[in-house]
Amino acid sequence: MSINTLVDALASDLSLLLGAREISNLRRLTGGASRETWRFDADGSSFVLQRVRPGTIGGLKQEPSVLVMAARHGVPVPELVFDGSASDALTQPFMIVRAVEGETIARKIQRDDAFGLARQNFCRDAGTALAKLHGIDVQEVSGLEDEDQVERYREVLDFLNEPHPTFELVFKWLKAHQPESRRRTIVHGDFRLGNLMIGPRGIEAVLDWELAHLGDPMEDLGWLCVKAWRFGGAQPVAGLGSYDDLFSAYEEHSGVKVDHDVVRWWQVLGTLKWGIICISQASTHLSGVIRSHELAAIGRRVCENEYDLFQLLEGEW
Amino acid sequence: MAHPHDVPTSSQLLEAVRQWLERDVMPAVDARLQFHGRVAMNLLAMVEREIEIGPGQAVEHDERLATLECADDSELAQRIKSGEMDDRLEEVRALVYASVVDKLLVANPKYLEK
Repeated sequence: MSINTLVDALASDLSLLLGAREISNLRRLTGGASRETWRFDADGSSFVLQRVRPGTIGGLKQEPSVLVMAARHGVPVPELVFDGSASDALTQPFMIVRAVEGETIARKIQRDDAFGLARQNFCRDAGTALAKLHGIDVQEVSGLEDEDQVERYREVLDFLNEPHPTFELVFKWLKAHQPESRRRTIVHGDFRLGNLMIGPRGIEAVLDWELAHLGDPMEDLGWLCVKAWRFGGAQPVAGLGSYDDLFSAYEEHSGVKVDHDVVRWWQVLGTLKWGIICISQASTHLSGVIRSHELAAIGRRVCENEYDLFQLLEGEW
Repeated sequence: MAHPHDVPTSSQLLEAVRQWLERDVMPAVDARLQFHGRVAMNLLAMVEREIEIGPGQAVEHDERLATLECADDSELAQRIKSGEMDDRLEEVRALVYASVVDKLLVANPKYLEK
Protein backbone atom coordinates (compact mmCIF):
# COMPACT_ATOMS: atom_id res chain seq x y z
CA MET A 1 0.00 0.00 0.00
CA SER A 2 1.28 3.46 -0.82
CA ILE A 3 1.61 6.16 1.85
CA ASN A 4 -1.39 7.97 0.38
CA THR A 5 -3.57 4.88 0.57
CA LEU A 6 -2.52 4.33 4.21
CA VAL A 7 -3.34 7.93 5.10
CA ASP A 8 -6.70 7.73 3.29
CA ALA A 9 -7.52 4.50 5.14
CA LEU A 10 -6.65 6.12 8.47
CA ALA A 11 -8.78 9.17 7.61
CA SER A 12 -11.78 6.99 6.85
CA ASP A 13 -11.29 5.02 10.12
CA LEU A 14 -11.14 8.31 12.05
CA SER A 15 -14.26 9.56 10.32
CA LEU A 16 -16.15 6.45 11.45
CA LEU A 17 -14.78 6.64 15.02
CA LEU A 18 -15.69 10.28 15.54
CA GLY A 19 -18.84 10.28 13.43
CA ALA A 20 -17.33 13.14 11.46
CA ARG A 21 -18.42 14.08 7.96
CA GLU A 22 -15.00 15.22 6.86
CA ILE A 23 -11.43 14.46 8.00
CA SER A 24 -8.89 16.89 6.55
CA ASN A 25 -5.25 17.95 6.93
CA LEU A 26 -4.31 14.54 8.32
CA ARG A 27 -0.55 14.64 8.78
CA ARG A 28 2.12 12.84 10.76
CA LEU A 29 3.96 14.87 13.42
CA THR A 30 7.29 13.85 14.87
CA GLY A 31 6.75 11.39 17.68
CA GLY A 32 8.73 9.35 20.16
CA ALA A 33 10.20 5.93 19.59
CA SER A 34 7.10 4.16 20.89
CA ARG A 35 4.35 6.43 19.53
CA GLU A 36 3.13 7.83 16.24
CA THR A 37 1.53 11.25 16.52
CA TRP A 38 -0.92 12.54 13.90
CA ARG A 39 -2.80 15.79 13.67
CA PHE A 40 -6.04 16.29 11.77
CA ASP A 41 -9.21 18.36 11.46
CA ALA A 42 -12.67 16.84 11.80
CA ASP A 43 -15.61 19.01 10.75
CA GLY A 44 -13.62 22.17 11.50
CA SER A 45 -12.05 21.22 14.88
CA SER A 46 -8.42 20.11 15.33
CA PHE A 47 -7.43 16.88 17.02
CA VAL A 48 -4.30 14.89 17.81
CA LEU A 49 -4.12 11.12 17.46
CA GLN A 50 -1.48 9.16 19.35
CA ARG A 51 -1.05 5.59 18.26
CA VAL A 52 1.32 2.96 19.66
CA ARG A 53 3.89 1.90 17.08
CA PRO A 54 3.63 -1.72 15.97
CA GLY A 55 6.02 -3.94 17.91
CA THR A 56 6.05 -1.69 20.99
CA ILE A 57 5.54 -3.44 24.31
CA GLY A 58 3.27 -1.89 26.90
CA GLY A 59 0.53 -0.16 24.89
CA LEU A 60 -0.92 3.10 26.15
CA LYS A 61 -1.12 1.88 29.73
CA GLN A 62 -2.98 4.25 32.04
CA GLU A 63 -2.40 7.41 30.04
CA PRO A 64 -6.03 8.11 29.00
CA SER A 65 -7.37 7.62 32.52
CA VAL A 66 -4.59 9.78 34.00
CA LEU A 67 -5.49 12.55 31.52
CA VAL A 68 -9.14 12.45 32.60
CA MET A 69 -8.17 12.47 36.27
CA ALA A 70 -5.71 15.34 35.83
CA ALA A 71 -8.31 17.41 33.97
CA ARG A 72 -10.86 16.81 36.74
CA HIS A 73 -8.39 18.18 39.28
CA GLY A 74 -7.62 21.35 37.34
CA VAL A 75 -4.31 20.37 35.75
CA PRO A 76 -4.26 21.93 32.26
CA VAL A 77 -4.30 18.96 29.84
CA PRO A 78 -5.69 18.27 26.36
CA GLU A 79 -9.29 17.07 26.46
CA LEU A 80 -9.56 13.32 25.86
CA VAL A 81 -12.00 12.72 23.01
CA PHE A 82 -11.60 8.99 22.40
CA ASP A 83 -9.90 6.38 24.59
CA GLY A 84 -8.73 3.64 22.23
CA SER A 85 -6.36 2.00 24.73
CA ALA A 86 -8.37 -1.24 24.56
CA SER A 87 -9.62 -0.85 20.98
CA ASP A 88 -8.42 -2.51 17.80
CA ALA A 89 -10.21 -0.04 15.51
CA LEU A 90 -6.87 1.40 14.39
CA THR A 91 -4.96 -1.90 14.73
CA GLN A 92 -2.77 -0.51 17.55
CA PRO A 93 -3.92 1.05 20.87
CA PHE A 94 -4.53 4.79 20.48
CA MET A 95 -6.14 7.87 21.93
CA ILE A 96 -7.54 11.05 20.41
CA VAL A 97 -7.36 14.39 22.17
CA ARG A 98 -8.50 17.88 21.20
CA ALA A 99 -5.52 19.85 19.85
CA VAL A 100 -4.19 22.65 22.06
CA GLU A 101 -2.58 25.57 20.23
CA GLY A 102 0.78 26.92 21.30
CA GLU A 103 4.50 26.19 21.17
CA THR A 104 6.54 23.31 22.58
CA ILE A 105 9.98 24.15 21.18
CA ALA A 106 12.16 25.34 24.06
CA ARG A 107 14.36 27.67 22.02
CA LYS A 108 11.33 29.63 20.77
CA ILE A 109 9.68 29.77 24.19
CA GLN A 110 12.92 31.06 25.69
CA ARG A 111 13.60 33.72 23.06
CA ASP A 112 10.57 34.81 21.02
CA ASP A 113 8.88 38.10 21.93
CA ALA A 114 5.49 36.38 21.77
CA PHE A 115 6.32 34.43 24.97
CA GLY A 116 7.52 37.27 27.22
CA LEU A 117 4.51 37.01 29.51
CA ALA A 118 4.55 33.20 29.36
CA ARG A 119 8.17 33.27 30.57
CA GLN A 120 7.22 35.53 33.50
CA ASN A 121 4.34 33.22 34.44
CA PHE A 122 6.19 29.96 33.87
CA CYS A 123 7.28 29.13 37.44
CA ARG A 124 3.88 30.08 38.84
CA ASP A 125 2.07 27.95 36.24
CA ALA A 126 4.43 25.00 36.65
CA GLY A 127 4.27 25.09 40.46
CA THR A 128 0.47 25.34 40.37
CA ALA A 129 0.00 22.52 37.83
CA LEU A 130 2.33 20.19 39.74
CA ALA A 131 0.68 21.02 43.08
CA LYS A 132 -2.72 20.11 41.62
CA LEU A 133 -1.41 16.91 40.04
CA HIS A 134 0.27 15.83 43.26
CA GLY A 135 -2.90 16.56 45.21
CA ILE A 136 -4.83 13.78 43.45
CA ASP A 137 -5.69 10.83 45.68
CA VAL A 138 -3.60 7.92 44.38
CA GLN A 139 -6.57 5.61 44.92
CA GLU A 140 -8.33 7.36 42.02
CA VAL A 141 -6.05 5.85 39.35
CA SER A 142 -5.10 2.21 39.29
CA GLY A 143 -2.35 0.39 37.46
CA LEU A 144 0.36 3.06 37.62
CA GLU A 145 3.89 1.75 38.04
CA ASP A 146 5.33 2.12 41.49
CA GLU A 147 9.05 1.48 41.20
CA ASP A 148 12.09 2.68 43.10
CA GLN A 149 13.62 5.11 40.58
CA VAL A 150 17.23 4.49 41.68
CA GLU A 151 16.79 0.74 41.23
CA ARG A 152 15.07 1.27 37.91
CA TYR A 153 17.92 3.24 36.37
CA ARG A 154 20.48 0.93 37.98
CA GLU A 155 18.85 -1.86 35.97
CA VAL A 156 18.72 0.21 32.75
CA LEU A 157 22.44 1.08 33.03
CA ASP A 158 23.39 -2.55 33.75
CA PHE A 159 21.29 -3.67 30.78
CA LEU A 160 23.00 -1.16 28.45
CA ASN A 161 26.37 -2.53 29.61
CA GLU A 162 28.25 0.74 29.12
CA PRO A 163 29.95 1.19 32.49
CA HIS A 164 30.65 4.79 33.57
CA PRO A 165 32.74 5.46 36.71
CA THR A 166 30.97 8.84 37.22
CA PHE A 167 27.59 7.14 37.36
CA GLU A 168 28.84 4.60 39.91
CA LEU A 169 30.13 7.42 42.13
CA VAL A 170 26.74 9.14 41.85
CA PHE A 171 24.73 5.97 42.56
CA LYS A 172 26.80 5.60 45.72
CA TRP A 173 25.98 9.19 46.77
CA LEU A 174 22.28 8.78 45.93
CA LYS A 175 21.98 5.67 48.09
CA ALA A 176 23.82 7.29 51.00
CA HIS A 177 21.63 10.41 50.88
CA GLN A 178 18.23 9.02 49.87
CA PRO A 179 15.59 11.28 51.45
CA GLU A 180 12.80 9.76 53.42
CA SER A 181 9.81 10.07 51.12
CA ARG A 182 6.91 11.55 53.03
CA ARG A 183 4.36 11.61 50.22
CA ARG A 184 3.47 9.14 47.52
CA THR A 185 1.54 10.72 44.65
CA ILE A 186 1.03 10.57 40.90
CA VAL A 187 4.25 11.81 39.28
CA HIS A 188 4.16 13.07 35.67
CA GLY A 189 7.67 11.75 35.08
CA ASP A 190 8.70 14.05 32.21
CA PHE A 191 7.51 17.54 33.17
CA ARG A 192 9.77 19.96 31.23
CA LEU A 193 9.89 22.27 28.21
CA GLY A 194 9.21 20.18 25.13
CA ASN A 195 6.34 18.40 26.88
CA LEU A 196 4.46 21.58 27.81
CA MET A 197 2.24 23.47 25.38
CA ILE A 198 3.01 27.13 25.98
CA GLY A 199 0.70 29.94 24.87
CA PRO A 200 1.22 33.70 25.07
CA ARG A 201 0.13 33.74 28.75
CA GLY A 202 1.81 30.59 30.02
CA ILE A 203 1.25 26.83 30.26
CA GLU A 204 -1.80 25.85 28.19
CA ALA A 205 -1.44 22.09 28.54
CA VAL A 206 0.78 19.43 30.11
CA LEU A 207 1.49 16.79 27.45
CA ASP A 208 3.22 13.39 27.21
CA TRP A 209 1.95 11.46 30.19
CA GLU A 210 3.62 8.29 28.95
CA LEU A 211 5.98 8.08 31.94
CA ALA A 212 3.43 8.87 34.67
CA HIS A 213 3.92 6.71 37.75
CA LEU A 214 3.56 6.69 41.53
CA GLY A 215 6.34 8.09 43.64
CA ASP A 216 7.78 11.03 45.53
CA PRO A 217 6.28 14.22 44.02
CA MET A 218 9.62 16.02 44.42
CA GLU A 219 10.82 13.95 41.45
CA ASP A 220 8.83 16.24 39.12
CA LEU A 221 10.33 19.41 40.65
CA GLY A 222 13.88 18.04 40.50
CA TRP A 223 13.49 16.90 36.87
CA LEU A 224 12.25 20.36 35.82
CA CYS A 225 15.49 21.84 37.23
CA VAL A 226 17.89 19.41 35.49
CA LYS A 227 20.47 21.40 33.51
CA ALA A 228 19.68 19.73 30.17
CA TRP A 229 16.09 21.06 30.48
CA ARG A 230 17.35 24.65 30.81
CA PHE A 231 18.26 24.42 27.12
CA GLY A 232 21.18 26.79 27.63
CA GLY A 233 19.19 29.29 29.74
CA ALA A 234 20.84 30.69 32.87
CA GLN A 235 17.93 30.32 35.30
CA PRO A 236 17.61 26.98 37.15
CA VAL A 237 13.92 26.24 36.41
CA ALA A 238 13.62 25.39 32.69
CA GLY A 239 16.09 28.21 32.01
CA LEU A 240 13.21 30.59 32.78
CA GLY A 241 12.83 31.14 36.51
CA SER A 242 14.18 30.79 40.02
CA TYR A 243 13.86 27.96 42.52
CA ASP A 244 12.08 30.36 44.89
CA ASP A 245 9.38 31.24 42.35
CA LEU A 246 8.72 27.57 41.58
CA PHE A 247 8.74 26.46 45.21
CA SER A 248 6.53 29.31 46.45
CA ALA A 249 3.87 28.64 43.78
CA TYR A 250 3.99 24.94 44.64
CA GLU A 251 3.75 25.61 48.37
CA GLU A 252 0.86 28.03 47.93
CA HIS A 253 -1.25 25.53 45.96
CA SER A 254 -0.27 22.32 47.75
CA GLY A 255 0.14 23.53 51.31
CA VAL A 256 3.32 21.44 51.40
CA LYS A 257 6.68 22.97 52.26
CA VAL A 258 9.37 22.23 49.67
CA ASP A 259 12.71 21.01 51.03
CA HIS A 260 15.35 22.21 48.57
CA ASP A 261 17.76 19.43 49.60
CA VAL A 262 15.18 16.83 48.61
CA VAL A 263 14.60 18.57 45.26
CA ARG A 264 18.39 18.66 44.73
CA TRP A 265 18.60 14.89 45.41
CA TRP A 266 15.99 14.34 42.68
CA GLN A 267 17.83 16.79 40.43
CA VAL A 268 20.98 14.66 40.84
CA LEU A 269 19.01 11.49 40.06
CA GLY A 270 17.38 13.28 37.09
CA THR A 271 20.75 14.31 35.69
CA LEU A 272 22.05 10.75 36.09
CA LYS A 273 18.85 9.45 34.49
CA TRP A 274 19.21 11.74 31.45
CA GLY A 275 22.84 10.64 31.10
CA ILE A 276 21.70 7.01 31.04
CA ILE A 277 18.94 7.84 28.54
CA CYS A 278 21.63 9.42 26.30
CA ILE A 279 23.47 6.08 26.29
CA SER A 280 20.20 4.35 25.50
CA GLN A 281 19.43 6.74 22.59
CA ALA A 282 22.82 6.04 21.03
CA SER A 283 22.23 2.31 21.44
CA THR A 284 18.94 2.67 19.53
CA HIS A 285 21.08 3.84 16.59
CA LEU A 286 23.95 1.38 17.14
CA SER A 287 21.64 -1.65 17.38
CA GLY A 288 19.94 -0.61 14.14
CA VAL A 289 16.45 -0.18 15.62
CA ILE A 290 16.44 3.39 14.28
CA ARG A 291 19.46 4.50 12.25
CA SER A 292 19.96 8.22 12.89
CA HIS A 293 23.02 10.45 13.17
CA GLU A 294 21.03 12.56 15.60
CA LEU A 295 20.66 9.61 17.99
CA ALA A 296 24.33 8.76 17.44
CA ALA A 297 25.29 12.32 18.40
CA ILE A 298 23.37 12.04 21.69
CA GLY A 299 25.79 9.29 22.75
CA ARG A 300 28.51 11.90 22.93
CA ARG A 301 26.37 14.05 25.22
CA VAL A 302 26.69 11.61 28.13
CA CYS A 303 29.75 13.54 29.34
CA GLU A 304 27.70 16.77 29.60
CA ASN A 305 25.60 15.04 32.24
CA GLU A 306 28.67 13.64 33.97
CA TYR A 307 30.07 17.18 34.12
CA ASP A 308 26.74 18.52 35.46
CA LEU A 309 26.80 15.83 38.16
CA PHE A 310 30.28 16.87 39.28
CA GLN A 311 29.10 20.49 39.43
CA LEU A 312 25.91 19.62 41.32
CA LEU A 313 27.76 17.52 43.88
CA GLU A 314 30.77 19.78 44.36
CA GLY A 315 31.22 20.21 48.11
CA GLU A 316 28.38 17.72 48.75
CA TRP A 317 30.35 14.49 48.59
CA MET B 1 52.54 7.89 13.86
CA ALA B 2 53.78 6.79 10.43
CA HIS B 3 51.25 6.01 7.68
CA PRO B 4 51.34 5.73 3.88
CA HIS B 5 48.53 8.20 3.05
CA ASP B 6 48.68 11.29 0.90
CA VAL B 7 47.42 14.68 1.93
CA PRO B 8 44.81 15.82 2.76
CA THR B 9 44.96 14.29 6.24
CA SER B 10 41.85 12.67 7.69
CA SER B 11 41.15 15.88 9.65
CA GLN B 12 41.48 17.97 6.54
CA LEU B 13 39.07 15.70 4.66
CA LEU B 14 36.49 16.00 7.42
CA GLU B 15 36.98 19.74 7.47
CA ALA B 16 36.41 19.92 3.71
CA VAL B 17 33.10 18.03 4.01
CA ARG B 18 32.03 20.12 6.99
CA GLN B 19 32.74 23.37 5.15
CA TRP B 20 30.85 22.15 2.06
CA LEU B 21 27.82 21.42 4.26
CA GLU B 22 28.03 24.85 5.80
CA ARG B 23 28.66 26.80 2.60
CA ASP B 24 26.54 25.01 -0.02
CA VAL B 25 24.04 22.66 1.64
CA MET B 26 22.75 24.57 4.66
CA PRO B 27 21.55 27.69 2.80
CA ALA B 28 19.73 25.49 0.25
CA VAL B 29 17.61 23.33 2.59
CA ASP B 30 14.54 23.79 4.82
CA ALA B 31 14.64 24.36 8.58
CA ARG B 32 14.25 20.68 9.49
CA LEU B 33 17.17 19.64 7.27
CA GLN B 34 19.18 22.59 8.55
CA PHE B 35 18.76 21.24 12.06
CA HIS B 36 20.00 17.79 10.98
CA GLY B 37 22.74 19.46 8.95
CA ARG B 38 23.94 21.31 12.05
CA VAL B 39 24.02 18.03 13.97
CA ALA B 40 26.10 16.49 11.15
CA MET B 41 28.52 19.45 11.09
CA ASN B 42 28.96 19.22 14.87
CA LEU B 43 29.77 15.52 14.56
CA LEU B 44 32.41 16.17 11.90
CA ALA B 45 34.00 18.90 14.04
CA MET B 46 33.96 16.48 16.99
CA VAL B 47 35.85 13.82 15.07
CA GLU B 48 38.34 16.46 13.86
CA ARG B 49 39.05 17.33 17.51
CA GLU B 50 39.32 13.66 18.46
CA ILE B 51 41.87 13.03 15.71
CA GLU B 52 43.88 15.99 16.94
CA ILE B 53 43.85 15.54 20.72
CA GLY B 54 42.55 11.98 21.18
CA PRO B 55 45.93 10.19 21.08
CA GLY B 56 47.36 12.41 23.85
CA GLN B 57 44.18 11.94 25.89
CA ALA B 58 44.46 8.15 25.57
CA VAL B 59 47.96 8.23 27.07
CA GLU B 60 46.78 10.36 29.98
CA HIS B 61 43.74 8.17 30.52
CA ASP B 62 45.95 5.09 30.73
CA GLU B 63 48.07 6.86 33.33
CA ARG B 64 44.99 7.71 35.40
CA LEU B 65 43.75 4.12 35.25
CA ALA B 66 47.23 2.83 36.18
CA THR B 67 47.21 5.10 39.25
CA LEU B 68 43.98 3.38 40.30
CA GLU B 69 45.28 -0.05 39.26
CA CYS B 70 42.45 -0.58 36.79
CA ALA B 71 42.73 -1.88 33.22
CA ASP B 72 39.83 0.17 31.87
CA ASP B 73 36.74 2.22 32.79
CA SER B 74 34.70 -0.92 33.05
CA GLU B 75 36.94 -2.33 35.81
CA LEU B 76 37.02 1.05 37.56
CA ALA B 77 33.22 1.30 37.46
CA GLN B 78 32.93 -2.22 38.86
CA ARG B 79 35.37 -1.54 41.69
CA ILE B 80 33.60 1.71 42.67
CA LYS B 81 30.30 -0.18 42.67
CA SER B 82 31.61 -3.05 44.80
CA GLY B 83 32.97 -0.69 47.45
CA GLU B 84 36.65 -1.52 46.84
CA MET B 85 37.40 2.16 46.23
CA ASP B 86 35.53 3.48 49.26
CA ASP B 87 38.73 4.43 51.11
CA ARG B 88 40.07 6.56 48.25
CA LEU B 89 36.92 8.11 46.76
CA GLU B 90 38.30 11.64 46.75
CA GLU B 91 41.26 10.57 44.60
CA VAL B 92 38.96 8.52 42.35
CA ARG B 93 36.62 11.48 41.88
CA ALA B 94 39.48 13.80 40.89
CA LEU B 95 40.75 11.35 38.26
CA VAL B 96 37.28 10.55 36.91
CA TYR B 97 36.55 14.29 36.70
CA ALA B 98 39.72 14.79 34.63
CA SER B 99 38.52 12.15 32.16
CA VAL B 100 35.07 13.79 31.93
CA VAL B 101 36.76 17.09 31.07
CA ASP B 102 38.78 15.31 28.38
CA LYS B 103 35.60 13.82 26.90
CA LEU B 104 34.03 17.28 26.77
CA LEU B 105 37.13 18.78 25.13
CA VAL B 106 36.32 16.50 22.19
CA ALA B 107 32.52 16.26 22.35
CA ASN B 108 31.59 19.86 23.21
CA PRO B 109 34.38 22.15 24.48
CA LYS B 110 31.95 25.10 24.79
CA TYR B 111 30.18 23.23 27.57
CA LEU B 112 33.21 23.77 29.82
CA GLU B 113 32.84 27.54 29.53
CA LYS B 114 29.40 27.56 31.18
